[in-house]
Amino acid sequence: MQGYHDLGGAAAGPVPKEEHELQLWEKRVEALLVMLTRRKILRVDENRRGLESLGGEVYHSLNYAERRILAISNNLILKGVISVEALAAKMAEIGERKDPLP
Amino acid sequence: MNATANAATSSAPAYIAGERVLVRQVDSPGHIRTPHYIRGKTGTIERFVGFFKNPEELAYGRSGQPVRALYRVRFVQSQVWPDYAGAAGDTLDIDLYEHWLRPEASR
Amino acid sequence: MSDHHDHHHHEPGGRHQHPPQADHDDSLTYYRKLEIAVRELLIAQGVTTADEIRQLVQDIESRSPEGGARVVARAWTNPEFKALLLQDATTACAGMGFEMALYDVTLTVVENTPDVHNMVVCTLCSCYPRMLLGLPPAWYKSRAYRSRAVREPRAVLREFGLELPERVAVRVHDSTADLRYLVLPMRPAGSDSLTEAQLAALVTRDSMIGTAVLRAHG
Repeated sequence: MQGYHDLGGAAAGPVPKEEHELQLWEKRVEALLVMLTRRKILRVDENRRGLESLGGEVYHSLNYAERRILAISNNLILKGVISVEALAAKMAEIGERKDPLP
Repeated sequence: MNATANAATSSAPAYIAGERVLVRQVDSPGHIRTPHYIRGKTGTIERFVGFFKNPEELAYGRSGQPVRALYRVRFVQSQVWPDYAGAAGDTLDIDLYEHWLRPEASR
Repeated sequence: MSDHHDHHHHEPGGRHQHPPQADHDDSLTYYRKLEIAVRELLIAQGVTTADEIRQLVQDIESRSPEGGARVVARAWTNPEFKALLLQDATTACAGMGFEMALYDVTLTVVENTPDVHNMVVCTLCSCYPRMLLGLPPAWYKSRAYRSRAVREPRAVLREFGLELPERVAVRVHDSTADLRYLVLPMRPAGSDSLTEAQLAALVTRDSMIGTAVLRAHG
């Protein structure tokens, strides 16, 4: 079955030309990926596979950085680098911060 | 060349530049870097690129050894797309792993 | 934890591929929380530090098409460098201070000629020569480009304002493995008297991806 990421030759409309600067958090996602791959905690191939496992709906409804951070988190959980419990607790705590925006 | 080579490998590339190769028409789950649109198509080896760890295995946290031969394969666009609307000389170059290729004659 | 007191940057024109949220462009979506959480957990575990992430963000921000443009300008003015670039781009660029190995990839430079126009895409994800060009533009990562660049490159080029005669072969490169492709555009006519730095200023990002050519100078 053709993966939803395997787009070559698929029908599509005009190429959207609008440029937009990445937000800071999106650049940090890129930075995280560079750090994790240089530390050999994650391989780029593992992250690609993670992106290919999100499901077509998720893949196409999230933007580039959103997909990447989701795949990174799934991979880090899979590898036991972070625990689901710690991640959930941290996300709840962030949600409660008065000034959460970094 | 920055290719990762396993020092112990005794394998040599199976194909040489100019050889005609067929991309295997295989469908399976897994992390595969052979796009669907090129499977079952025939092209020409443009060059042997080098030996690399197998991304299909690296994707699952495995070593990717033994390394696999990677080639740049050139396809004529009008032979890839039945409705190709460009020029006769237009081509498509794709980097493909040896285990996804067969000599043109074989079926 | 000092991270959430970092200076907040509001990027101008922050349009996304999903509909913009009216007043809440700065709102803490699930994914932004996830990024903060993952980063802070990794810092707490000693895997990385806030400084390292900051430094990597700066590295990312410091890379731009100017890097690729310098390589192109050198290739135009230095035949020995050009020969090395076409034969072993990773080594040639390392000599100019670009360490491709940091991204664990191999650079390949493909040369435009009067007979061949090169165009680069990654249909499977968005592989891009970041070391030389910085972050890829949104259009390069878009479904439409990834789908259509391999199938109807001339139609895509037309959308970019580039119409090539049939006698010029369009050669599309799908970056499916560890090679990253950079197009060496043809040197613009009328640029013979320019210095290397002046030449670099003429080289556009899109000409190094292959969706543009450089117009005659002067």
